[in-house]
Amino acid sequence: MNFHAIRAIYRFEMARTFRTLMQSIASPVLSTSLYFVVFGAAIGSRMGEVDGIHYGAFIIPGLVMLSLLTESISNASFGIYMPKWSGTIYELLSAPVSSAEVILGYVGAATTKSVMLGLLILATARLFVPYHIAHPFWMLAFLLLTAFSFSLFGFILGIWADSFEKLQIVPLMIVTPLTFLGGSFYSISMLPPLWQKIALFNPVVYLVSGFRWSFYGVADVAVGISVAMTALFMLICLVAVWWIFKTGYRLKR
Amino acid sequence: MSQPPIISVRNLSKTYASGFTALKNVKLDIQRGEIFALLGPNGAGKTTLIGVICGLVKASAGQVIADGHDIQREYRLVREKIGLVPQELHTDAFESVWATVNFSRGLFGKPRDPSLIEKLLRELSLWDKKDARIMTLSGGMKRRVMIAKALSHEPKILFLDEPSAGVDVELRRDMWQLVRRLRDSGVTIILTTHYIEEAEEMADRVGIIRQGELILVEEKAALMRKLGKKQLRLQLKTPLAAIPDTLAGYALELAGEGQTLIYTYDDQQDDTGIAELLRRLAAQGIDFRELQSSQSSLEDIFVSLVQGRP
Repeated sequence: MNFHAIRAIYRFEMARTFRTLMQSIASPVLSTSLYFVVFGAAIGSRMGEVDGIHYGAFIIPGLVMLSLLTESISNASFGIYMPKWSGTIYELLSAPVSSAEVILGYVGAATTKSVMLGLLILATARLFVPYHIAHPFWMLAFLLLTAFSFSLFGFILGIWADSFEKLQIVPLMIVTPLTFLGGSFYSISMLPPLWQKIALFNPVVYLVSGFRWSFYGVADVAVGISVAMTALFMLICLVAVWWIFKTGYRLKR
Repeated sequence: MSQPPIISVRNLSKTYASGFTALKNVKLDIQRGEIFALLGPNGAGKTTLIGVICGLVKASAGQVIADGHDIQREYRLVREKIGLVPQELHTDAFESVWATVNFSRGLFGKPRDPSLIEKLLRELSLWDKKDARIMTLSGGMKRRVMIAKALSHEPKILFLDEPSAGVDVELRRDMWQLVRRLRDSGVTIILTTHYIEEAEEMADRVGIIRQGELILVEEKAALMRKLGKKQLRLQLKTPLAAIPDTLAGYALELAGEGQTLIYTYDDQQDDTGIAELLRRLAAQGIDFRELQSSQSSLEDIFVSLVQGRP
């Protein structure tokens, strides 16, 4: 195992985050806080409870998940896309590093950033909306698992993309709508029966449901299924990354 | 017993997805501690060959052994011994010089060694710029940064892909000195160039590649002896319309509207024929104002080899 390489990539990526604190951390925290202010403190106080939970508190797990997914994807995709774009990828390809080490470096850093961001958003939410965490261990486990899985997905996206536009399309056109429609702002049980069934094809439903369960002990789907679906998504991404490095897809000529 | 080559390229071929064949059954041995210059026109396959050895390009067929290890099966052992300075200036624009060179060392599996990096940066006249962002550096400075990155993990083999592209004379001279110092310390250097002057100045051996085929590999001195021509140029007092029949046995040609008589000869022979030629010219009443001799350059040899074959 080339630990020096993992550390070098990880430090490089984290340095990029701290160099762009406003964009990497402050901006997503601020934009998510606006949801807490509007839907939590302002409108939320006039809305009823959902599944016995105050609306302001109900949306917190979904909003954290929304930021976690988009930031995990954009951090990891940008991390690997930039060396491709600037040409510095030559150094990574000619270095004595395995795909596992590259993943640990890039995806590890993207996961760290996303988890930091998720915890910061949770801390910020506390300023506007009271909430509690029923299962802190599972909350952290979901946070970590989701951040890692979607950072892996972002890494794949960064390798696939050959333009900045493509880099933006998936988070904006696919992930954000899926998150909004994945029960971030409502319970799936509030939908008509047909739409409840359709919603179960949305993978984000399982993430939000499992994460919300770790806070309040209520879920749209069984927590075991949420964990299994997240783990399955991670596994699919791992296999895809393994294939990319084996074939050199969009990396080697 | 002679040492095995540090790099052995065996029947290497590369055909890109577009159908373009960049390398055709290339066989090449690079000896330990030598400076090997790979010459060829643009698109000849130089960068592809380097790319395959360094892991940037997947070979279609063939094998490469570097320092006794297969470059694919034992890529870790191979790559930690190789440094690469690519032709293009690929840099992390927002990083500092210090950070990017240390990153490279770590990436190649070496622990941090600030004193070594400091020595390297001083040697490349980069120490004063160590905290500068790379985007603020000149092109020449960026080239030095790329060399520092390639040397940061103390490689045994260094690839320089067109090292003189876009650099000024001073940096080129500095780079040549650095390359010689590296060779003296035991590093094997493979450089590709189409500045023949560079190969002539530095290389121990020369390989010429054309349309993906390695058409010649030879020691530079032997190549210049074997294929280099020596010429005697006489500036005539009176122009000649044609070479007199009595001089037909000599390899003579006229240039400069009959003002210059050029005699090509083999300086490896005991008798170059110059003395006899001068006597015959005097007998014919052909007088000259001055004479000079010249040796054909590696560039002349390169051009004739590249253009001379179908």
